[in-house]
Parts: sequence; structure tokens; C-alpha cells
Amino acid sequence: MSEKTQNTAEWTAVVRPRTGWFDIDLAELWRYRDLIGMFVKRNFTVLYKQTILGPAWIILNPLLTTVIFNVVFGGLAGLSTDGTPAFLFYMAGNTVWTFFANCVNNTANTFVANSGVFGKVYFPRLTTPISQVLTALINFLVQCAMFACFWVYFALTGAQMHLSLWVLALPVVMLQVMLLGLGVGIIVSSLTTKYRDLAIAVGFGVQLWMYASPVVYPVSMLNNSPRLQALLQFNPMTAPIEVFRAATLGGGTVTAWGVAYSLVFTAAALVLGVVLFSRIEKTFMDTV
Amino acid sequence: MQKTEKTPVIEIEGLKKQYKLGQIGGGTLTHDLQSWWARVRGKEDPNTIIGTDTRLYGQTFMALNGVDLTVYKGEALGIIGRNGAGKSTLLKLLTRITAPTEGEIRIKGRISSMLEVGTGFNNEMTGRENIYMNGAILGMSRAEIDAKLPQIIEFSECGDFIDTPVKRYSSGMFVKLAFAVAAHLDSEILVMDEVLAVGDMKFQQKCLGKMSNVANEDGRTVLYVSHNMSTIRQLCTRCIVLDQGRIIFDGDVEKAIAIYMDTTDVNVVHYDLRKVGRMNVGAGQRLRLESLRFLGKESSVFADNEPVRVQIQWRVTEPFAGINMKMNLHARDSSPVGITHPVNLGAAEPGRLYTTVFEFDPAMLGAGQYYFYLDVFDGVIGSAVCLDKPAVEFAFEVTPSDMSIPEWAPGWGRIHFPPVKLVEAEG
Repeated sequence: MSEKTQNTAEWTAVVRPRTGWFDIDLAELWRYRDLIGMFVKRNFTVLYKQTILGPAWIILNPLLTTVIFNVVFGGLAGLSTDGTPAFLFYMAGNTVWTFFANCVNNTANTFVANSGVFGKVYFPRLTTPISQVLTALINFLVQCAMFACFWVYFALTGAQMHLSLWVLALPVVMLQVMLLGLGVGIIVSSLTTKYRDLAIAVGFGVQLWMYASPVVYPVSMLNNSPRLQALLQFNPMTAPIEVFRAATLGGGTVTAWGVAYSLVFTAAALVLGVVLFSRIEKTFMDTV
Repeated sequence: MQKTEKTPVIEIEGLKKQYKLGQIGGGTLTHDLQSWWARVRGKEDPNTIIGTDTRLYGQTFMALNGVDLTVYKGEALGIIGRNGAGKSTLLKLLTRITAPTEGEIRIKGRISSMLEVGTGFNNEMTGRENIYMNGAILGMSRAEIDAKLPQIIEFSECGDFIDTPVKRYSSGMFVKLAFAVAAHLDSEILVMDEVLAVGDMKFQQKCLGKMSNVANEDGRTVLYVSHNMSTIRQLCTRCIVLDQGRIIFDGDVEKAIAIYMDTTDVNVVHYDLRKVGRMNVGAGQRLRLESLRFLGKESSVFADNEPVRVQIQWRVTEPFAGINMKMNLHARDSSPVGITHPVNLGAAEPGRLYTTVFEFDPAMLGAGQYYFYLDVFDGVIGSAVCLDKPAVEFAFEVTPSDMSIPEWAPGWGRIHFPPVKLVEAEG
């Protein structure tokens, strides 16, 4: 027996039936960081090859959406924007939301979309969803740069807005959005190996979720309806969007409770996601 | 067999892999609910695939049933066995694509697979980008690939096109590039599944040479699965034979091949075809072969001057004016031998059980083991519609009747032509 235990140190890999609940080899994941980088590069290459505008779509997409939000919700519906410039208000909401939605949508089909490769060769499966959220992060940073340009323009024209101390918290909060998207995405991807229905539902669900988040309206609009507002606080995306607005525009309703809740929710989703993912990844080839 | 200083690089202990048979969930929630509702009412499950054996519903199947194996450094191990013996499952477990049900595999060093070359290639990316991508998928770091890039490009013979997207490649170039990446991996253990069936003859030989080098000179370990016995002979130093999820032989390559060739069952003379799978989609629906029997025999061993008499029973669900049937003959190592000229079975009406007896003359076959598939079709070859083709290998053996050729040499091929006709003899 003692000889055997001594030997196990020599082996580089031991394949066993799936056992534990948290069976993810983080060191191995780190060894495959080059692969993650290459997946990110591929995601961009593939998306923009043979398009006329190419990467300009990263900017065009949110720009057009912002204009439409501005016209429909700001102009036609006349929704409040907390006294901040409507254009920036919608762009802020849309930028954060697009980031989250991309994280969820692009990771949600991990297993089904990659079953061809997964069935032929082993590499840590988590590299795929991680590369997807990193791709989304790069898109987000580009869109943030665009947002900054508009922000400077509005600031120069003397619009009513100001940066707040929340700016310091932005990196953490945006990282949290990414992890929340990853968590939700891999939960869905793990379940889609058995139930394909979820693959259809997820795109639609994320769209509905947007209307339950303060993207086209501020939290303060629901001030005279405490029930709806309480409901809104159960949405883990409420706090990050409001933090982003509070940081850059000065408006927004941010509560410490809301931020804490959102962080806890993210941690829970991520842990559940990784646990499910590690359960599924070992044998999903037998069921897909 | 005793060699000094053998270091094990793979140790497999009591390895088992279980698969569930029948429905594993319909794939969508509605189907699952539908199946459940049907079961509750005691009706037939609407999601069962027609023609599958319903008795196996919910049962399990052991693809690997207790495999113990130690592979040593520098060995080129061949893995042979019939379809369904568990070869691919073993490789899938070794390469960690799926997890075992029981048992343990211990691996020393990096393991890389070439289960199917070119997986992970992206059409939109250039050859060079794909080398990096594929290398990374197979576990190489960027620096390692940088160092090997010139070698890989040279081996692939794709130098001029390396910065062209691979979607513009010919299929041959694609495969060559993919093989080049995999062959230059720095892993200690290389797993290959029939990958050498690629490229032109010259490239195949080059690949085989490369693979023997990998094992002999670099001291790496190669696991190779193939149905092609000549490449197994050329490449492997040791060979295991798998049958029904177990290792039935482990050792000398020639012996292993002989045992593998012999694992066919010629003792079966009657096949019930009602519930076995079909080889084509839709086959066995309008016409269904129900049984096949080798007549007048205890075992399906025939002398080469003796006709192979076969009785089949079949039914149709709609009237046919004329149905054609042919045999697709294969040698035991799965290489095709030939087909018989189609024969017309005549017209058929639904509601009757038809019994047909036919004879096949094995005079042209060299002594050895063969099997055939039975292919029943409508129309003529070229525009035929397959009516039924059971996924059953009907095995039989041909023995020499004339002792002038007591043993058939493997290098002779399969066909035993009649003697040449002497048309003129002078002097």
C-alpha cells in the first residue's frame, strides 16, 4: 500500500471515475493559458472575416442601439434619465448590459457548439467559456472607450453630470458582471447537454431580463412603487448598472445592500456553474 | 520478453466503461415528458427508435469490462479488435474525453491524441494560425510551437500556402497539415486512431516512417488502433486484442493478428434479424429480413467446391413488382472482397412470410474466413433504393478441397482464380 501511494506522485495524470463535486484543476487551466489567448483571437478572426466593416461593428452596434433607445424610450415614451444626458444614460446602460448579455449568450452553448472538438481531444473545457467572456471583455473595453469619447464631448458642452467616487469601484464591479455572465452561461451550457430547449430559451430570456434591469429606465423611476423597486433589487444586474451610471454620470440609486447582494449572487452562480460544469464535462460526450 | 529497465508510462487497472442503452433522454424536455406520459399510460414510447431492441430499454452495456494493462516507455502498442470490441472507448478514456465508470488509469507524461486529424482546425484561419491553434489544443505552449514551426511547415508540404485560409486548401493539404502538427508534438505518449488512412501513398509512407521514428529513436510511446493489419505489422512492437470489452491477448504482433482474425464466430448458423439494427436509414421498414440460416450445416464452414446454401425469410409491408438482392463479401480483416451480381427475388405482397433459399459458390475464394452483408434493394445498382440491410456480419469459412494448395498465404489476396487455360502447347 505504501509503495502505491509513493508512486502516485510520479504520475502526471490519473484518470478516475467522476467523483468529487469540485473537480476542476486550476493549475492545468493555467498551463493552457496560451490556448485561451488563441481562442480569444479566433473568436475575433472568425466573427469579422469577410465583413466589410469588420471590427467597426463593435462600435456601430451599441451606437445604433443607443440612438434607438434615445428615440423610443427617451423621446417617444419620455422616460426619466435621472437628470443626466439621455444619450449617455442609455449608452451607459446598454454598454454594461451588452457586456453581460454577450457573456451569457456566448458561453451558454459551450458544450453543444464545441462537441466536435470536445469529442476528439482533451483540453480543459473551461478554456472555451473563459475565452468567450474575455472576448466580451475586449468588446466591452472598446465600447467603454467610445463611451468616454462621448462623455468628454458632453462634458465640454457643459451637460449636467459629474464623476463620482464609485469610479474607483468600477473595475471590480465590471469584473463581477463578467463573472456573473460566466456563471449563468456555464450553468445554462451544462443543462443544455441534456435539454436543448434551454439553448432556445436563453437568447429570449436574456432579452426579457434586460427589461427587468434598469437599462432603459433608472431605478429612481420606480420610487413611488416600492414593490416593483424591491423586486428590481432582486435582480443581480441592477446594482452593477446603477454603479456604472453613478460613477460616470453622477445619477443612479446605489445601495450598499444592493451591491453586496449582487456580489453574493455572483459568487453563488459562479460556484454552482463551475460545480455543474465539472460534473458534466467528464461524461457529456456520452449524452450529447 | 524480459527486458531490463522497463518503465511503465501507462497503468490501467480494472477499467470499466458502462453505457446506457436505449433512450438517454430525448434531448428536449418535451420529449422526456412525452416518454414519461406514454409509460404512465402503458402505451408505446413515441420516441423509441423503430427497429431498436426494446428489450434492452434502460439496460446498460459494458463497452469496457475490466481492462488491466501496462504500457512501457518506447513501446509501439497496437490495439486491434472487431467493431464494438471497445478500442475507441479505451482511447477515449486514455485521452480523457470521457470518464470511466470504474477503475483507474495512471499516465506518466503528456498524452496527445490524433484521433481524427484536423479537428479544431478553423476554416477561416490561415495555415499558420491553425498550426498555433491546433498545437495549443493539443497542449503545446506558444514557445514550443514557435520552435517547431519550420519543421511542421516543411513536413506538411504546404509551405507556399501557409498564410492562406485553410478553407482554400485541398482536402489532401488539409490533412497533411493536420498530421504534421500532431506528429511534431512533444508529448511522451501519442495515441492514434486510424489516422494513417490519409493523404496519398507517398505521404502515408512518410507518416508511417515518422511514427516508427517517434517510437524507436525518440523513446516515445505510441498507441495505435487500426483495422489495417499491414500498418500494425509495420509499426507496432506489441499488440493487444480486444474482444467484448476485455483484453483476450497481449503480446507478439503476429500472434495477435492471427487471434484477431480467428475471433469470428463460424459456429452460428442461424441469425434472428427481426430486432437487430440496420445499416441504412429507413432500411427494414418496407421490407424486413426476419431470419437467415446456413442450411445443412452445424457450423458455417464450407469446402471451396461445396455451395454455401442460405435460407432467408422476409416480409413486405407494401406490394413490390421485383426486388433485387446482392451479397457484399468481406474478408475477416474487413477488407472488401467483392459483391455478387444482383438476383431478382420476384414480386411480393404484404401479409405473407416469404422463404427464399439461395446458393453461393465459394470456388473463387481463397481458403480463410469471410463474412457478408445482405443488401436487398429496389431498382438497379446506381439508382437503387435500399430496402433492407441488416447490420450483421454473416460469417463463414472456406476450406480447401484440393490439397494441392493446403494453406492460403495472406499475401495472395482473396481470389482463387481457376487455372489458366492452355490454348497452345508446342514442343
